[in-house]
Amino acid sequence: MKKWRCLVCDYVYDEALGWPDEGIAPGTKWADVPAGWSCPDCGASKGDFELVED
Amino acid sequence: MTIASLPTPTAWTDNKRYLWPLGALVMFLPLAGTIGYQLTGWTISLWLGFFILYGLIPMADRLLGEDDANPPDAAMESLAKDSYYRWALFISVPVYLGMWAYMVWFAVSQTLPWYGWLGVVLSLGVGCGLAINIGHELGHQTSPLERFLAKLTLAPGFYGHFYVEHNRGHHTRVATPEDPASSRFGESFYEFLPRCVYGSFKSAWEIEKKRLTREGKSVWHWSNDNLQSWAMTALLWGAMIAWLGWIALPVLIIAAVYGGSLLEVVNYLEHYGLMRQKRADGGYERCQPHHSWNSNHVVTNVLLYHLQRHSDHHANPTRSYQTLRNFEDVPRLPSGYAAMILLAYLPPLWFRLMDPKVVEHHGGDMRKANIKPAIREQVIARYAQPA
Ligand SMILES: [Zn+2]
Repeated sequence: MKKWRCLVCDYVYDEALGWPDEGIAPGTKWADVPAGWSCPDCGASKGDFELVED
Repeated sequence: MTIASLPTPTAWTDNKRYLWPLGALVMFLPLAGTIGYQLTGWTISLWLGFFILYGLIPMADRLLGEDDANPPDAAMESLAKDSYYRWALFISVPVYLGMWAYMVWFAVSQTLPWYGWLGVVLSLGVGCGLAINIGHELGHQTSPLERFLAKLTLAPGFYGHFYVEHNRGHHTRVATPEDPASSRFGESFYEFLPRCVYGSFKSAWEIEKKRLTREGKSVWHWSNDNLQSWAMTALLWGAMIAWLGWIALPVLIIAAVYGGSLLEVVNYLEHYGLMRQKRADGGYERCQPHHSWNSNHVVTNVLLYHLQRHSDHHANPTRSYQTLRNFEDVPRLPSGYAAMILLAYLPPLWFRLMDPKVVEHHGGDMRKANIKPAIREQVIARYAQPA
């Protein structure tokens, strides 16, 4: 499971947790998150995220 | 060129391509004013930067009008990757820094009447204001070079906190009452300015404090982006004072304060009265295209690197300036930002022009608008449609 960080506001999408509020089940891979989904905090597009390396 | 001879799927060309270096060129104008003064002896020439901002640009916007052309989807990737645009932006940084140092020197070293000195300082301030916009564009990019240049560009005008606050503060709280940088219906520019500046400094400090605490560091750790930016300001200002003496300090301060006020008057235009609605769980809906005021006026769009395509900027913040698109059906200002600034300085005129637009945008239901708290209930009652 990977994490993706919003380059604008630092919100982190954690694949393990998903975003159940909006029907994105825990375990949903970043690639499977709908293209039109945007950062819940700042509204930035999916393209504004980068993979968190750790 | 081999590119031209290849049949490409998109024959689209960017009609603003060769205009973008104007953003750097315009930084020469305060300097040109001082040369004009030395050639003619006319003090008014020292106000060149000032007159261009408030006179020439709004007039040119009126004459040249709007350009709503968008790059087609197929051209977006190559447009984003074309390093010409990156360099067209970069070049403005050394031009600005050189102009800044020259103008400070000029103000201090020449024997000028006070109204000539003020012209030099305010024309320099126009440059500082434009530079914050350049720092804004650079600060949204992701490479370390661009992020460093962003801080460097904000440093002469002492606006480094903007680098932190804008991305992680404004972009998350935009068009909510909690955002210091989103103006409210019924709030004049003169009420907005102190609230915004104070709130933004405070927010920038808290954002970095929170991040550093999370990383187990002190807020005074060197990696604090605010401290890094302010250190650059201290270094640049210190160098100017060491060179020219304390007499340079008023020049540095007045130009910075005025330049900052220019950035904030643009902030004032961008989201006036617009508000994201609260969801059932208490959070705000996402920022959407109808939460920003836009303009397609071509002259201001070139000089501000498409800042006025503001809805797309909030939807795709790391998208670089040349690829920002015009959206249909978004709140639209009657003129470019440069002319709107003049209105913002005159609150009765601003309210007369803009308030009906905000009311219309919300279909008369002002419960949906971001309103100055003291007049919120009155405003809602005043525009409510009879049931
Ligand atoms: Zn975000």
